Amino acid sequence: MTSQLRPDLQLIADWISPSSRVLDLGCGDGALLGWLQENKNVIGYGVEIDSDNIVRCTAGGVSAIQSDLEVGLAGFGDGSFDHIVLSQTIQAMRQTEQILLEMLRVGREAIVTFPNFGYWENRWQILRGRMPVSDTIPFQWYDTPNIHWCMLGDFEALCAKNKVRIIERVVMDKGKFIHVLPNLFGSLAFYRVTADE
Amino acid sequence: MANTLQSVGIVAAQDAAFDLPLELACGAVLPAYRLRYETYGELNRDRSNAILICHALSGHHHVAGRYRADEKYPGWWDSMIGPGKPIDTDRFFVVGVNNLGGCHGSTGPSSIRPDTDQPWGSSFPMMTVTDWVHSQARLADLLGIERWAAVVGGSLGGMQALQWSISYPARVANALVIASAPRLSAQNIAFNDVARQAILTDPDFHGGDFYAHGVLPRRGLRLARMLGHITYLSDDGMGAKFGRLLRSGAYQYGFDVEFEIESYLRYQGDKFSDRFDANTYLLMTKALDYFDPAHDCGGDLRAALEPVEAHFMVASFTSDWRFSPVRSREIVSALIAGGKKVAYAEIESSHGHDAFLMTDTPYVNLMRGYLDRVARELAA
Repeated sequence: MTSQLRPDLQLIADWISPSSRVLDLGCGDGALLGWLQENKNVIGYGVEIDSDNIVRCTAGGVSAIQSDLEVGLAGFGDGSFDHIVLSQTIQAMRQTEQILLEMLRVGREAIVTFPNFGYWENRWQILRGRMPVSDTIPFQWYDTPNIHWCMLGDFEALCAKNKVRIIERVVMDKGKFIHVLPNLFGSLAFYRVTADE
Repeated sequence: MANTLQSVGIVAAQDAAFDLPLELACGAVLPAYRLRYETYGELNRDRSNAILICHALSGHHHVAGRYRADEKYPGWWDSMIGPGKPIDTDRFFVVGVNNLGGCHGSTGPSSIRPDTDQPWGSSFPMMTVTDWVHSQARLADLLGIERWAAVVGGSLGGMQALQWSISYPARVANALVIASAPRLSAQNIAFNDVARQAILTDPDFHGGDFYAHGVLPRRGLRLARMLGHITYLSDDGMGAKFGRLLRSGAYQYGFDVEFEIESYLRYQGDKFSDRFDANTYLLMTKALDYFDPAHDCGGDLRAALEPVEAHFMVASFTSDWRFSPVRSREIVSALIAGGKKVAYAEIESSHGHDAFLMTDTPYVNLMRGYLDRVARELAA
């Protein structure tokens, strides 16, 4: 299964150190963890709420734990992971601030990615009088799991409020890195953060 | 049932006699004993495809198939075991065994004690999950199985799978622990003790030596089973199945059977008390109570699981309050803390504790997905 990872997952994978302990929150079918186990020799666990995805992970040899992230990470000990990943999920969570703090309780370093609401296509659709629907936000307003939209600055303010240090930020659009006006031209944001000084 | 299409077909039990004394946790020594077991499928050339099925409180070695074509019911886990089923007998060599202390052919309280020519009765030693695992390991030796592809069990059977992975780390590739717990709660022990008291206080029990009196402590066993049965079902499940249905449609203002649930429980109790040994029931519930692998590690389950090499699949059921998901998560957390491989599913079901014997789709899919990977890895 040395298959190609989706570009956004590949970027996350590049941030994971070899032979580390990784917890992937909302791990889906286990694609990232499967790749990391095979290529970076990590000890990986996924947390996933959907039972079909649990079966997919299980069949693929990925350790997946069926649990609802909204109830927190009670079963995981303090500092028990090197990396914790929350990929394109934070905008769909009710307990947004709590999960960020929980991640940094359980892990040394957290990787958080989310669709950037400040992306120009979103702004354009709003200007035209409609809620945005796009590749990274493929839902109608009345039928969306996403309830906590943010832009780069919003997430960074949340980090500052909780004394969370941003180690690295990458912004992408359609698989390409965006360096100029990222909050306008970037559709996906990637953050490496830590609670360490 | 359509299951006959995928049945292992007609099966027969076998006996294995052991004359190497078995030292038990309670300090007693069983000088010699017999284990009754069944096997389905074929052991492959490198003897790597064997799966051990551990049974729960009232289970036994007859796990799949039928003894005669016209037999009404197949083995107790026939829904899960057979050609093309999740525990696929086309790919795995499956072993079911009746535990020591049982009443289905393995040496137990109702067996004849060689030195007295009388049934063991009250003199049969207390058994623990660890004792069972050691006795099963000798059966594995006899069958030429150095390492199980998987040890699988629900409830008390799951405890055996867990203990196997601790006692014989190198001999278990995968442990499937379903609707189980790392130790019983006070509430669970309390239920077990009420069940035991029902048996122990039955005048026909005769201190466990009722065989000589030609009687059976049916009333006690029946009550024990009725109580147990309530705890195996969920309130919702029972409500959906029986509700307040009356047998005759109107109140009779008496103590005979009126509600359907009463009828059901009494029927289950009667059926059970005719075929199950009261001493075995007592032993099995004590084995449940004593099980606590973390006990010797100061209560630290993670430390107790330190030697484990097996990959785990842990599953619980949302409506199971006898062995609730919280208890399974204790096992999962300890495994994760130790960096062990584990898949955990909390399966939506209204079947309560009994769900481990049912065929809720997510459960069957999980078992199939996990064991399919085990089979593929064997073939690789």
